[in-house]
Amino acid sequence: MTFDTRSNAVQFETPLLDYHLAWRTGRVTLPLRTDEDVVGLRKQVRERAVAIALSLVDQTKLVTAASELARNTIKYGGGGEVHLDGLDDSMRRGIGLLFVDAGQGIPDIDSALRDGFTTGGGLGLGFGGSKRLVDEFDVDSRPKEGTAVLIIKWKR
Amino acid sequence: MERIPILRMGDLLLVTIQVDMHDRLAMQLQDDLTARIVSDNAKGVLIDISALDLVDSFIGRMISNTAAMARVLDARTVVVGMQPAVAITLVELGLTLHGVKTALNVEKGMALLGKNFQ
Repeated sequence: MTFDTRSNAVQFETPLLDYHLAWRTGRVTLPLRTDEDVVGLRKQVRERAVAIALSLVDQTKLVTAASELARNTIKYGGGGEVHLDGLDDSMRRGIGLLFVDAGQGIPDIDSALRDGFTTGGGLGLGFGGSKRLVDEFDVDSRPKEGTAVLIIKWKR
Repeated sequence: MERIPILRMGDLLLVTIQVDMHDRLAMQLQDDLTARIVSDNAKGVLIDISALDLVDSFIGRMISNTAAMARVLDARTVVVGMQPAVAITLVELGLTLHGVKTALNVEKGMALLGKNFQ
């Protein structure tokens, strides 16, 4: 893994979870370093969700999951970035979010997904909770290399 | 520094959260409210979240903690105006705001705090 300081982009030797390539439209990449970045992401996700006419409940679920995972990227991953994608597989439309950091990785993903499990003094709801809020959830975490988390919400 | 205003009305403190709070701002509000309960000798705290379109685990924890701190300081807290989509998301996330009193609107929240302004 290399850290491209020019663009601040995290680059891995093999891509982490960067599939759904053919379905993607309008990728936006945002840095995740500060509290304000989380608020900025929430706003962008909300706008994209409104644009594809997700229901209000689904909008709220997606924005909340994005907020939890963005915070994790900053707090546990030491910062990173998020790719925000429009998805269209010709059957349905959706929104995909790919969070990438170059942190220490998650040693035990099953434990991390369990409610109440935390190493950071929080409630331990963010990771497992956000999985419940979206339609697709995938994690690729590599020790000392980084973590990628992909979430997708499809329009019903 | 950015702060969420706290209004005093008799022995109540009123807060209306109208911005999308980042984490530091949420922590600042928790600290400010706790300090004001003591300095203003407040008996009740009413937090209006009707303008919030998101309550994630951090904001939820801030609300729970504030209510717990207020209780220890002999004040009661009522959270009012939660949007239905926020309530659905919060419960699915696994957050039940245990120990926090809620009401549908400010008027009902006031009544819960023993105040009637009609």
